[in-house]
Amino acid sequence: MGQLIFILCLLILGLVFGTFFEKKHFKSLSERDQKFRGIILSNKKDHSFLKEAQNSALVTGHAVIALDYFKRFAAILTNLIGGRVKSYESLLVRARREAILRMKEKASLAGFDTVINVKIETSNIGGSAGKKNGLGAIEVFAYGTAVKRS
Amino acid sequence: MILTNLETVPGKTISQHHGLVSGNTIRAKHAGRDLMAGLKNIFGGELKGYTELLSESRKEAIERMVAQANSVGANAIVNIRFSTSSITQGAAELYVYGTALTVN
Repeated sequence: MGQLIFILCLLILGLVFGTFFEKKHFKSLSERDQKFRGIILSNKKDHSFLKEAQNSALVTGHAVIALDYFKRFAAILTNLIGGRVKSYESLLVRARREAILRMKEKASLAGFDTVINVKIETSNIGGSAGKKNGLGAIEVFAYGTAVKRS
Repeated sequence: MILTNLETVPGKTISQHHGLVSGNTIRAKHAGRDLMAGLKNIFGGELKGYTELLSESRKEAIERMVAQANSVGANAIVNIRFSTSSITQGAAELYVYGTALTVN
């Protein structure tokens, strides 16, 4: 009985704080999206302005984001039934936007205004949520070449 | 050393190819970071310890690749690719590779 209450507490904590932090994160993401709107991204390699470009640099950005307790629980349940795993969807969106924003930030700090040949890579860091000791954490890594359109 | 994931270096011409260079690291997380991750497990959100760990490791992998390129006398590495694979529960391998060139 005691254990059940403990798990229930964790679930409520996860739901309350997880939702709060997620909302806060999404808010900060859209604010920074506005700030770095001037940086143009492309996953094409060839651009007409490359011929005149004098300078370039490799820029990277990454983020490791974990599920909260409630979402992990929800993910385990959805695993049984099948269908859309919504808790993972928002997790991946958060990690990807964060990684891309960090890359943009680095490019803008170095004085570039375009990032071309952007590659985005996702990897599982802490094991999946359904497994024993699984953290349900993922890493998204974004990288590209920053150049300046003259 | 110029690093890029394009096939050429903007504003430079390629004079010599030196072939593939690569660097890797395998890092395991330490207990303190793991503890914090356990807490984050409840509340969710970014695992800062892991983010730092991975960026340090990636930096080291890049340094090893650059050292290899330096030893063959290159001054640029193009077409860089990264790959990450988790080896066991606690450790991840970060691998970076590219083509070493001399440009001017």
